[in-house]
Amino acid sequence: MAAVSETAVDISSAMITAPTPLADWVVIAPVAVPILFGAFLLMVRHHTRVHAVITLCALGLTFVANVLLLGRVLADGPVVMTMGRWLPPFGISFTADTLGASMALVGTLVAIVCALYSTRDIEAVGRRYGFYPFMLLMMAGVGGAFLTGDIFNLYVWFEVFLISSFGMLVLGSEERQLDGAMKYGVLNLIATTLFLIATAYLYGIFGTLNMADIAGKAGELRGTAPLTTLAMLYLLAFGMKAAAFPVNFWLPASYHTPRIVTAALFGSVLTKIGVYALLRTLVMLFPPERAMLSGLIAWVAAATMILGVMGALAQTDIRRMMGFVVISGIGVMMAGLALGTVEAVAGTVLYAFHSMLLMAALYLLAGIVNEAVGSYSLREVSGLYRSHPLLAGGAFVLVLPASGLWPKVLLVKASLDAGNGWLAFAILASGILTTIALGRFFILAFWRQGPDAALQGEVPVVGYVVLAALTLPVIAIGVYPEPFIRIAESAAAGLIDPSVYIGTVFPAGATP
Amino acid sequence: MEAVLAIVVGVFFAVGIYLMLSRHIIRILLGIVIFGNAVNLTIFIAGRVVREVPPIIPLGLDVPDTVTANPLPQALILTAIVISFSLFAFLLVLAFRAYQDLGTDDTDGMRIAEPEGEDLPPLGY
Repeated sequence: MAAVSETAVDISSAMITAPTPLADWVVIAPVAVPILFGAFLLMVRHHTRVHAVITLCALGLTFVANVLLLGRVLADGPVVMTMGRWLPPFGISFTADTLGASMALVGTLVAIVCALYSTRDIEAVGRRYGFYPFMLLMMAGVGGAFLTGDIFNLYVWFEVFLISSFGMLVLGSEERQLDGAMKYGVLNLIATTLFLIATAYLYGIFGTLNMADIAGKAGELRGTAPLTTLAMLYLLAFGMKAAAFPVNFWLPASYHTPRIVTAALFGSVLTKIGVYALLRTLVMLFPPERAMLSGLIAWVAAATMILGVMGALAQTDIRRMMGFVVISGIGVMMAGLALGTVEAVAGTVLYAFHSMLLMAALYLLAGIVNEAVGSYSLREVSGLYRSHPLLAGGAFVLVLPASGLWPKVLLVKASLDAGNGWLAFAILASGILTTIALGRFFILAFWRQGPDAALQGEVPVVGYVVLAALTLPVIAIGVYPEPFIRIAESAAAGLIDPSVYIGTVFPAGATP
Repeated sequence: MEAVLAIVVGVFFAVGIYLMLSRHIIRILLGIVIFGNAVNLTIFIAGRVVREVPPIIPLGLDVPDTVTANPLPQALILTAIVISFSLFAFLLVLAFRAYQDLGTDDTDGMRIAEPEGEDLPPLGY
């Protein structure tokens, strides 16, 4: 038997020797909690009655973890936890900064509301086929994508939420769902494969996958390495995930086919991950390359916001109309990406918060309208103002242009400051057209003379609860935007000058 | 060695993209598989191709004493293979179900979710 080596190995040169402080575990909790509960749900998958309750508990815990995390990030700056205690860049660092933590928080809030409404919307068969485990695993993927600090790990989380979203999309196996899921599946798989190509080249150039390490090393390699190609590949891959024109056609083909909670969750959270990833790669990792592509991004943004809302104007099905409104919002967010100043990126981040809440609320509103009238067609839905005045009040607040005002003010001001008048015009024009599209929905569905109030169905109490839960934050952003703008500005500043982010991952300037 | 592999990757990408441009789901799926393999080879080349020296640190040393093969791309490729395989399996089943229910694997004929000639919304009331 060979003797065990007597040489004392200096572990501290490769590993973090101090145990992770208990408070730092909050970084991984938004991922670990949904995975654990999702696995537990698979174990009790025959007891479908408890699924909804367990899911709500899990998402509630995730929400608490996200609140704690955001509180810590806002107070002390980015928080990092490295997996397996290998020193970064060898271990995978989960790095929560203001952008990731705040978007994870809003996403979890939307998921809780969707889970609440799913108690109405998902029938016994859907539960049997595992709607809730899919939902929790998807939220784990979403949390991981927002909080990871490693670009290959980001790819893995993309795939985690993608495969769970497939499961939610085809739940029910109706013909239209199979049709929509086919297009969604193929195009999203191609998009993540493009992401993987870009990551392969990134690894070939930098020899590292840690985002803080890449951001630190990009300066030295600039000029010798084809970083613009890399930035362009990321723009294409994440633009496809975010549904930016001209690679957006999978969204209106599929988002109106699943159950309405699924559509709400997808339309609100999944496309914003594409925007988040665009911000993370283009603004934080490759800023000069982003500046070089700025003209292209501005054209893509303008085309996305205008063509998106024009698509919305042409739709009869309310859900398909909402799909096009989602696309239009993506265009507005990409305007901030094109400009790249702190103010513009803050506008993008704030618009992302607003759009996550608003789109979930609008999709759920469509579901509630369907529950009352039994149709999603603008030709058939009418007279809801008389039969459901409270619902009409909530809907009126949602279609008001007030909640998206402040991010648009920031973006318009930033584009005028950058001397980009036509981009400011495009943002304003898309705003007016969105108001027309949503206003027409309100007029036709609520104000138009309809059948007798007695003929229309009841709206469940949970319908009012979920609408209130999403409408109140929307009003809060509209009426008192100061704290939200401050969070968005801190997120934008952290992206544009990532020195604090890098310093958290590699303390004392110990870049390897 | 890199040059030969780069040509192989280029051929794979060309074949994959050509197949994905087809109207038929089954060809698109075959294209995706080849496309995915092209990406796996790309990652492999990105990690630099060296002689088959196992990355094992000799006893008594903290770092390897020669240039060894890079183990990281293999870990990345393995992850990518597992993920793309599972997604591909799902898409195959989905395509089969879609073929059964919609009666076609021609993407031009798949118009259930977005029917042709839909009514425009009412212009007024």
